[in-house]
Amino acid sequence: MMRAHRNHAGWWAALLHRLSGLALAIFLPLHFLALGTALGGADALDRFLDLTASPLVKLAETGLVLALALHLALGLRVLHVEFLPRPESRTRTVVAACFGIGIAVALLFALNLTA
Amino acid sequence: MSDTLSVSVHRGTSGARFDRFEVPRLPAQTVLDVVTWIQREADPTLAYRFACRVGMCGSCAMTVNGRPRWTCRTRVETAARDGRLTLEPLRNLPVVKDLVVDMAPFFAKWVKAEGVFTPRADLGADFAVVPPASPARAAADAAVECIGCGVCYSACDVVAWQPGYLGPAALNRSWTLVNDVRDGGQVARLAAVASDAGCHACHSHGSCTQHCPKALSPTASIAGLKRAVLRAALRGEA
Repeated sequence: MMRAHRNHAGWWAALLHRLSGLALAIFLPLHFLALGTALGGADALDRFLDLTASPLVKLAETGLVLALALHLALGLRVLHVEFLPRPESRTRTVVAACFGIGIAVALLFALNLTA
Repeated sequence: MSDTLSVSVHRGTSGARFDRFEVPRLPAQTVLDVVTWIQREADPTLAYRFACRVGMCGSCAMTVNGRPRWTCRTRVETAARDGRLTLEPLRNLPVVKDLVVDMAPFFAKWVKAEGVFTPRADLGADFAVVPPASPARAAADAAVECIGCGVCYSACDVVAWQPGYLGPAALNRSWTLVNDVRDGGQVARLAAVASDAGCHACHSHGSCTQHCPKALSPTASIAGLKRAVLRAALRGEA
């Protein structure tokens, strides 16, 4: 539940870090399952990969890249908190930079898909 | 500014009952002034706690519109922009009555975190010299101004999720002592803060730091403890 005491940059960063991590954890077994179709021969894999031409899958892929980039960038936030002096003096800047990195990477990926 | 303030106050111990009061607005009014007005003018049975009124004792901490704060240092206009206030006791502590919580579990965790100064056996009779510019003294300085008000403990979600968690204030206190060169209790202290209920349970939300009225950073202190525990483990001391 969203409560007033949670409405600050560090908490939002931690929430997105957790949610993107969960999304990636759910994706990973599905990814292996997809790769596993190759065990049924090249045709089986190719038929599955044909699905990636659909716009819906491209959108999902962009979401996945966003989750991955956000999770990685927010990991830098945790390293910043753990290892740099006076991390509290830069919280908002660091969180904004992490969100910026995540969104920029996802946008670049989406632009590349449509190119 | 309207003439009155609509104040909803937690009553009893259940969290279910809130009484509403219309309180006259005054210039430069603090939330503590509002609570005092209610008790003196509207309902003398209201229980709340305060002592110094000037941000030194920390006893007037409450949850004001969902945020833990010192009521004596919170102006009404900063907390209640729309003229409404909801006052609740601090979170994560047993409620005694109305706005008063039992601070005993909070301070019990300071003891559990070995937050008590234990002089080294070899200190000698003379004063220990601690150069103010030394890194350890600077690290202790950054954390030592805590007055134990419980705001960080109330803001911490990990305390809410894991009631055994020592919490930001106790760990912050431990960090000041880890940096005290006169202290001889470091092995026990690092073992205490390295437990499941200790520094490694912190999720780095930073709510403690966000809400600390003294602008301290328990988040940074906890990070320091994690590094100290790791160093001790690598040296085989913990």
